Amino acid sequence: MDLESLLEGFLYRIAASADLAALDTVRVEALGKKGAVTVQLKALSSFPPEERREAGARINVVKDRLTEAIESRRVALEDAQLAQQLAAGRLDVTLPGRGQQSGGLHPVTRTRLRIEEIFAGAGFRVAEGPEIEDDFHNFEALNIPADHPARAMHDTFYFPDGRLLRTHTSPVQIRALRKGPLPLRVIAPGRVYRCDSDLTHTPMFHQVEGLVVDEQVSFANLKAMLSGFIEQFFERPRKLRFRPSYFPFTEPSAEVDIQCVLCDGAGCRTCKGTGWLEVLGCGMVHPNVLLAAGIDPERWQGYAFGMGIDRMAMLRYAVNDLRLFFEGDLDFLRQFDRG
Amino acid sequence: MRISISWLHEWVDSGWDARTLAERLTMAGFEVESIERAAPVLEGVVVARILSCEPHPDAAKLRVCQVEDGSGSPVQVVCGAANARAGLVTAFAQVGAILPGDVRIATAQLRGVESHGMLCSARELGLGEGHAGILELGEGYPPGISLTKSLALDDTVLELSITPNRGDALSMLGIAREVAAISRMPLSTPPVPRVAATLPDVFDVQLEAGDACPTFVGRVIRGVRPGAISPMWLQERLRRAGLRSITPVVDVTNLVMLELGQPMHAYDLRRLSGGIRVRWARPTETLRLLDGGEVALGPDVLLIADASGPIGLAGIMGGEASGIDPDTTDVFLEVAFFQPAAVGGRARRFGLQTDASQRFERGVDPDLQERAMERATALLLEIAGGEPGPTVVSGKALPGLERNPIEVSIGFLEKRLGLQLETATVVESLTALGMQVSRSGDDLRVLPPSHRFDIALPEEISEEVARLHGYDRIEPVDATGPQVAASSTEARVPARRYLGLLADRGYQEVISYAFTGRDEQLRLAGRAELVELANPLSAELAAMRLSLWPGLMGALTGNVRRQRDRVRLFEHGRVFPAGGEEKDMLAAVAWGGALPEQWSGDRREVDFYDLKADLEALLQLSNSTADVRFEPAEHPALHPGRTARVIIRENSAGWIGELHPALLVAYGLRSAPLLFELDVDLSFMSEPPVYKAISRYPSVRRDLALVVAESILLDQILESVSVSSGSALKEVRVFDVYRGTGLEPGFKSVAMGLILQKIEGTLTDQDADALVAAVVSRLSTDCGARIRN
Repeated sequence: MDLESLLEGFLYRIAASADLAALDTVRVEALGKKGAVTVQLKALSSFPPEERREAGARINVVKDRLTEAIESRRVALEDAQLAQQLAAGRLDVTLPGRGQQSGGLHPVTRTRLRIEEIFAGAGFRVAEGPEIEDDFHNFEALNIPADHPARAMHDTFYFPDGRLLRTHTSPVQIRALRKGPLPLRVIAPGRVYRCDSDLTHTPMFHQVEGLVVDEQVSFANLKAMLSGFIEQFFERPRKLRFRPSYFPFTEPSAEVDIQCVLCDGAGCRTCKGTGWLEVLGCGMVHPNVLLAAGIDPERWQGYAFGMGIDRMAMLRYAVNDLRLFFEGDLDFLRQFDRG
Repeated sequence: MRISISWLHEWVDSGWDARTLAERLTMAGFEVESIERAAPVLEGVVVARILSCEPHPDAAKLRVCQVEDGSGSPVQVVCGAANARAGLVTAFAQVGAILPGDVRIATAQLRGVESHGMLCSARELGLGEGHAGILELGEGYPPGISLTKSLALDDTVLELSITPNRGDALSMLGIAREVAAISRMPLSTPPVPRVAATLPDVFDVQLEAGDACPTFVGRVIRGVRPGAISPMWLQERLRRAGLRSITPVVDVTNLVMLELGQPMHAYDLRRLSGGIRVRWARPTETLRLLDGGEVALGPDVLLIADASGPIGLAGIMGGEASGIDPDTTDVFLEVAFFQPAAVGGRARRFGLQTDASQRFERGVDPDLQERAMERATALLLEIAGGEPGPTVVSGKALPGLERNPIEVSIGFLEKRLGLQLETATVVESLTALGMQVSRSGDDLRVLPPSHRFDIALPEEISEEVARLHGYDRIEPVDATGPQVAASSTEARVPARRYLGLLADRGYQEVISYAFTGRDEQLRLAGRAELVELANPLSAELAAMRLSLWPGLMGALTGNVRRQRDRVRLFEHGRVFPAGGEEKDMLAAVAWGGALPEQWSGDRREVDFYDLKADLEALLQLSNSTADVRFEPAEHPALHPGRTARVIIRENSAGWIGELHPALLVAYGLRSAPLLFELDVDLSFMSEPPVYKAISRYPSVRRDLALVVAESILLDQILESVSVSSGSALKEVRVFDVYRGTGLEPGFKSVAMGLILQKIEGTLTDQDADALVAAVVSRLSTDCGARIRN
């Protein structure tokens, strides 16, 4: 067979190879030890010396062309194979990830932790007290003697032995003061109970109490602390309005309204058109409270404040029904999982 | 407390409009809860006099009246009111008038007779509930003048919330004093002249309760006109304050209370027997009250009694037997001072909150009694006639209860309030509040007026000063204090960490009430002793929880009812064991698929080992695996073969298990939930980690497949492995537990990989083989284990 048709025959077969195995068969038949081209090269030795060089050159050209053609076909076939593999391995990246679902903290817990964090930054530590309290800590020591009219404001749950469910977190003030040491800065978040259940009241809810006692503490300091807290909590400045009020355990006492967080003070349903939301009670610690805790009111004074954690959570997250917090409904609770 | 602004302005004219007045009162500590018109707009309603009143020709109940309405000629009106009569001065809605409820008055034919307007009842005018007849205005109201003008209806009523310390402000006098102090305008109260006695009659009063009732002012008035009615101005004052007009005697006592803050009581003299005694109740006495209810008394209840027994609860409510009725002609008026401590809390105990008890509990001005008596006498005589006896004061003529001057320095006020004060301004503020102030440099001596019995301490003076200065004018000042490093501990895992871990593992936090039903507690907590409320809201909210599981089960079943098919919940809160300390617990429940339903992965239901993995993750926050043990145990709420007590450092710290199959039906669940509960204090104690050397040498793994009896627990196997392999054992991985073909019944195969490694030097194959041989031998001895072929 002449070289020309040999070359064309192999080039045709290389181009026609469907896969790498077929290509390799062609390679062996052409360039292998017993391949057609190899056989031709081996046959050169029988050529006369003057023809040998020229014939060798011609065969080598054929060999080089075939080698080149095989290589480029190999690359093409490999590329095609990879492309096919990749195509076969294509995923639907919009299918959801495998496995678990995250849960979350209750919005009241989330709010409590934020409140703790904000006050921790101002040097307050967390104090605790029992939820089943005695009359002394819940009332007497807070300057609310038996038959005091202020007791009518506390619908109290009692136990047969005279103990009670604390109606506010204020008894923790007494426990913290007795434990000391002074000066002190504490907050006391926790559950409190009132014998009351309707659209806007649940028999259990959450409060946080704050107490600072030092040798130099003033009402002006209280105003600064609470303004700072409210601004951090709502992450924007809010106007505060301190109104004179009455709590047996503070003197002077104040109720604090904040500029409505929903309408910015323009008036809406939440603030009943007043532009203000009542969120806090506070005041300077009454000397009788310090005395009940065995502290000299001539030397020490302090301020105290209390607020509803549930109410703060409602305002922060625009929840319009307190009762939802205690129903355990997953559709409600899951809304607070982010962030 | 409802305050009519027009009445207030008769006593003190602040010059403020209603909104400003409300704002200023609120900022002075008297929160204004609402601002309302005193009456509806009544255009076209005028005073009219009925000139004649004839029967309607065709209707028995109607009458045809000619009325004078100031228009110059009589107007014909058909009227159905029983009290319509010639000469009556009443309210007339002219044609074109619009009454409340958008009632438009037009000319009408009533059974063939033309009617040009309507004579109106109080209810039709929006002036109260009275609908028995048309309004009776009495003399002094000229026809033709608008009713609004005649009755001064163009008035505003403020509803004030009065704090419990300010009993003195439960009156027009009290609010007027405050407004005068805030606005610095003069206060002019009507003069109260003494009314001279025209009869010698007195009524015996004995005070037998000591300081509880130190003073009792009494007066007999005879010959009061029966059937008299209170004039419109008086009825209007009562109405705007939220009270109903009853009879002139009762109305007068109520008006004096509204005016001065001194509650009074009127007895029908004919119905009193013997003298009046103010005394403590005897244990078995009872009393039927004016409102018809009967109450059982007790030795701490202060009574008004006569020879027949109790006739009133002192300072709270009178008795039925001695009350005034419209025919009463002879009355005995009581104006007493009762100590707050003698009255406080009793009204609430009897479920009665009266205007009197509200005031006496908070305190009444001890200087007010005689003034109130003279005022009431004068009013009663003016309205209903009568002959007064002398005013008789029993007991100590009260010179105000002892009040001591309060020493307070400007420096003290400045330190407490955190602002700078001018002494002169402070003195002026306190003086405006009726205090007597004497000044020596920056030291003040302050004597509060008799009505400010709430003030006895310098701190209380500070509030008055701050209030008049304006809380809003106290500039916030950042505190300065010692520089103290915040505390931070690694002795305990912070709550944020363990709550967050459960949340990250798919659990949603819930908060349940700390009280539940008794049965619910006993069923799930399995202990008999409960702490129960004396006054629960309901039986379902009566017992303090012993476990968080009842709340979690409630939340779980609630969600299952709302068609959620996979639920993971946890709660963190207190439990209340009887006779023990409150404990912080952390509990969780898992129900439904092991994984959320998805396109890939297995679809089995959650089981014990899923929940245990979550519990272990939680405990690993603070404990090494060696600190924690799960001990097979029984719990009444849990499946007996699928329950473990969680032992942490040899303390029983909680439970984990599957809900007892017997309880599934009660909860209406198709499959069993898994539950755990942990004692937080025992579970999250921690210590800072201490570094141990790590090995640089390769580890060797040897797998063992053991056959052991079913009763052998993995913990027993691991214990043997651990004891026999010593320090070279780095880890054991249990990779299979098998039962069935190839094994005798009652036996199981446990396959495990031992990872062996030395800290110093390479562990050789020979070392490993020797260790494994020792382990196998020990397992055989301890657990009866043999190697599976």
